[in-house]
Amino acid sequence: MSTMSAPGVPVEPAVGEDDLVVVRDLYKYFPIHAGVLSRHVGDVKAVDGIDFSIKRGETLGLVGESGSGKTTAGRVVLRLLPATKGEVFFEGRNILELGREEIRKLRKEMQIIFQDPYASLNPRMTVGDIIGEPLAIHHLARGKEAETRVQELLRLVGLQPYHANRYPHEFSGGQRQRVGIARALAVNPKFIVADEPVSALDVSIQAQVVNLLQDLQEQLGLTYLFIAHDLSVVRHISDRVAVMYVGKIMEIADRDDLYKNPLHPYTIALLSAIPIPDPKVEQRRRRIILTGDIPSPVNPPSGCRFHTRCPVAFDRCKVEIPAMLTYGPSHQAACHWVEEHDGEAPDLTKGRVEAVVEPKTPS
Amino acid sequence: MATTTLPPGGLAITADDDFQLERHGVWKRLRRHKPAIVGAFVIAFMVLIAALAHVLPLHDPNAIDNAWSGTPLAPGVAGHFLGTDEVGRDLLARLIYGAQISLTVALFAVIMELTIGTVVGAIAGYYGGWVDYWLMRLTDVFLSIPLLPLLLVLTAIVSATSTKAALNFGTIVIIIGGLSWPSLARLVRASFLSLREKEFTEAARALGNRDGRIIFRHLLPNAVAPIIVQGTLEIANVIILESTLSFLGFGIQPPTASWGNMLANAQSNMSNAPWVAILPGLCILVTVLAVNYLGDGMRDALDPKLK
Repeated sequence: MSTMSAPGVPVEPAVGEDDLVVVRDLYKYFPIHAGVLSRHVGDVKAVDGIDFSIKRGETLGLVGESGSGKTTAGRVVLRLLPATKGEVFFEGRNILELGREEIRKLRKEMQIIFQDPYASLNPRMTVGDIIGEPLAIHHLARGKEAETRVQELLRLVGLQPYHANRYPHEFSGGQRQRVGIARALAVNPKFIVADEPVSALDVSIQAQVVNLLQDLQEQLGLTYLFIAHDLSVVRHISDRVAVMYVGKIMEIADRDDLYKNPLHPYTIALLSAIPIPDPKVEQRRRRIILTGDIPSPVNPPSGCRFHTRCPVAFDRCKVEIPAMLTYGPSHQAACHWVEEHDGEAPDLTKGRVEAVVEPKTPS
Repeated sequence: MATTTLPPGGLAITADDDFQLERHGVWKRLRRHKPAIVGAFVIAFMVLIAALAHVLPLHDPNAIDNAWSGTPLAPGVAGHFLGTDEVGRDLLARLIYGAQISLTVALFAVIMELTIGTVVGAIAGYYGGWVDYWLMRLTDVFLSIPLLPLLLVLTAIVSATSTKAALNFGTIVIIIGGLSWPSLARLVRASFLSLREKEFTEAARALGNRDGRIIFRHLLPNAVAPIIVQGTLEIANVIILESTLSFLGFGIQPPTASWGNMLANAQSNMSNAPWVAILPGLCILVTVLAVNYLGDGMRDALDPKLK
């Protein structure tokens, strides 16, 4: 059997002592109904069986293309969307089994920062009301005490106390995102899902907000699930990084390990797309251009989801779904090629010529 | 050597004073809207006059003047400032006492309509699915019934079960309010359908808000513009509807005056005594205009984006 000869060790997910969030075999399908009778004709398999865990105080980066299911995964982990199947443990409790009222109370512990700071703040509420509301809902503070707390929070995220009287439309994108962060922090959460918190912002503002998130993590001991498609931002903030592709996790590893020594061909291709801020290197380096588009999550490819675009795919990839195997202290990947080559990463710049773009030769 | 001493309690943050100041500025913005202020004064004036009707030096609104001989007395004749109606009752007194009835019916019927329409529309739009389906079918049923036949049947049923021939005030309010809500429900539902998909709604849920609070604290303020516009237009509709009921003999019954029944009864004398119809009509028009302008100003004042 192939798994016997493999160097990779099958992954045994277990709830460790310092794991704050553990996700096991999580699925989220959105049913598609069609016709007059609204027959169930298929599913959008947004999240199709993922496992990961996040330790206390850690940041797990979750990267992937648009449509890879990373945002849905974040929503399901917080139970803002109901899961189709699977388990999400928060401090050892399976939150997918909790009742309405229990989950409402748990909102104090886990919060979300949204992607679009223009859409995520209620235009009819003042910033003070927006930040103060969670305090009222969870009976954390009221009256003068709540006002003081709102002002503390505003200062914490780098705004001024007098901003409390203003409406969201009076702020810039970066300031609004700070308001969104203050709102999430109002309940003193332990865990925050940051759903592409900087991708809607100017590059100059992105760094400020990312640094703010890091400072807050240090000060308040927060645990982040940082969802993004910007690989440089993820590298900057994450301790570990998971790479998602069409509803599945392809590779998960410590940040430096993943960026320096990526194993999965998808990760390798993804990382080769990061621009290098040096024109000489940028001109000479070989980018790996994947052919085709990301497959539809309604009809994901058989076997390995990536085989339709993978430069090193072989017959096994079309039929057998690769298992997540461990290749190193904290490095896991789901790839048959890596498994059969003793944990070696494929060199995508050789091999199939059509998958490779020749570097431009400087004249 | 200079020593700096920290204030007691360290660098504790104290609540700024301007945090307490007017937080929403609705009143401030409303005051700048001139037509709204004029509208508010007109309404206030009419309410005041109507409320003080019994202390003002007026004729008895139901007494028939001795000088009356079959046709309405012209304005100024026999001490009637605005003349008399077709049976010789003082028009000014009837307009003022009629205002009591008409304004109160309008107020309560519209409040009832806004309440039912908003709640039905908000729940249907927010929850969607089967709740939406059945609430909207109910709304369609109410919308599809022609109003007049329904009014006739309803009033017949109600009057059959009571000893009095005419309907009392409360029943009229309930009938009008209970029948006019469907169009508002549809407007509110449409707003909620789009609002519930907004990210701030998801944010509200992520914070642990209960559904009721999301609906009424987060979404309703964003749907307030169509509600106010519809509400102000409905004031006029309700006054007219009450007159229709009166005309059919089911509304406010003579001798009690309402603008509606005054207008209805004046029709037989339109050619020889037009003022008997024009004056209550003018009262309705002025009320409707004043309410519309006030509503306009309120809608703008409630929108924080308009400075």
